[in-house]
Amino acid sequence: MQGKRGVIMGVANDRSIAWGIAQAVAAQGGEIAFTYQGEALEKRVRPLAESVGSRLVLPCDVADDASMDEAFAAIGKAWGKIDFLVHAIGYADKQFLRGRYLDTPRAAFLQAMDISCFSFVAVGQRAAALMEGGGSLLTLSYLGAERVTPHYNVMGVAKAALEASVRYMATDLGERGIRVNAISAGPIKTLAASGIGDFRYILKWNQYNSPLRRNVTIEEVGGSGLYLLSDLAQGVTGEIHHVDSGYHIVGMKNPDAPDITVEKG
Amino acid sequence: MSDTAEKVKKIVVEHLGVEEAKVTPEASFIDDLGADSLDTVELVMAFEEAFGVEIPDDAAEKITTVKDAIEYIEKQKGE
Repeated sequence: MQGKRGVIMGVANDRSIAWGIAQAVAAQGGEIAFTYQGEALEKRVRPLAESVGSRLVLPCDVADDASMDEAFAAIGKAWGKIDFLVHAIGYADKQFLRGRYLDTPRAAFLQAMDISCFSFVAVGQRAAALMEGGGSLLTLSYLGAERVTPHYNVMGVAKAALEASVRYMATDLGERGIRVNAISAGPIKTLAASGIGDFRYILKWNQYNSPLRRNVTIEEVGGSGLYLLSDLAQGVTGEIHHVDSGYHIVGMKNPDAPDITVEKG
Repeated sequence: MSDTAEKVKKIVVEHLGVEEAKVTPEASFIDDLGADSLDTVELVMAFEEAFGVEIPDDAAEKITTVKDAIEYIEKQKGE
């Protein structure tokens, strides 16, 4: 990644998947600009950004067009062009990440779609405008986009739209050599995951039933993210790459796995 | 002070970057120790990891002081 520059959006703390990717990119010499939303996240992102030598740490609220314009204008001014962008942003009101999907009200549905799906389109527009001679856009998804997973509800629907966006954006930007991919990561205990009901049960289930019989780490997602952002993946676009210990290929519970319940984990 | 209490105190001092003397049993994470809402979630995650216990959302919401955390963890561990 020597000589490559790009933007990583959505680091919250040192458990964030985006931070796993940032560390992998920085270790290979890539230069990173970080964005954050709000003061609470700024105070967490700044020290992490400094630890990998980043000098560009900018506010960017993906619900606000002017805020996005400002952030990308600042990046354009500092660097002229960029080579990659990581979008690790999603949001749904916690209240609707439990119970029935059927009960999701319009406002919660639209907000989840806006922040978790449209924001990738919106930052993609601005990032692609700063790319010359190719580039790589990467977002994060989850199995709940493809199949039903407990409590993921409206986020699953938003992630399905996000994965479809990856394919359409890959087609739109392919002629310019800009690749668009997603990593569908297995469950990882991040700040964002703390909003999902019964998360410990989900972690255990994946640990017992995935082919690798364990959960993935942010370092592992970081390694796969690095590959998709780098020239090693020059021929890869429109891909939803599963980094989930292989769980997505499983059709039934592993007969050797212990029986677990939500209560007993 | 119990081992659990010592360990909780240490985690709070490290995570919030506050002076040890300020971390009294009655100290409220938000009102006395300057924690924001993300800090409270991060603290609960740190306690879960350090003590190998599970703190569900509804219990986590009731843990607002150092003493609340110590008592909840001691109860979970059956101390």
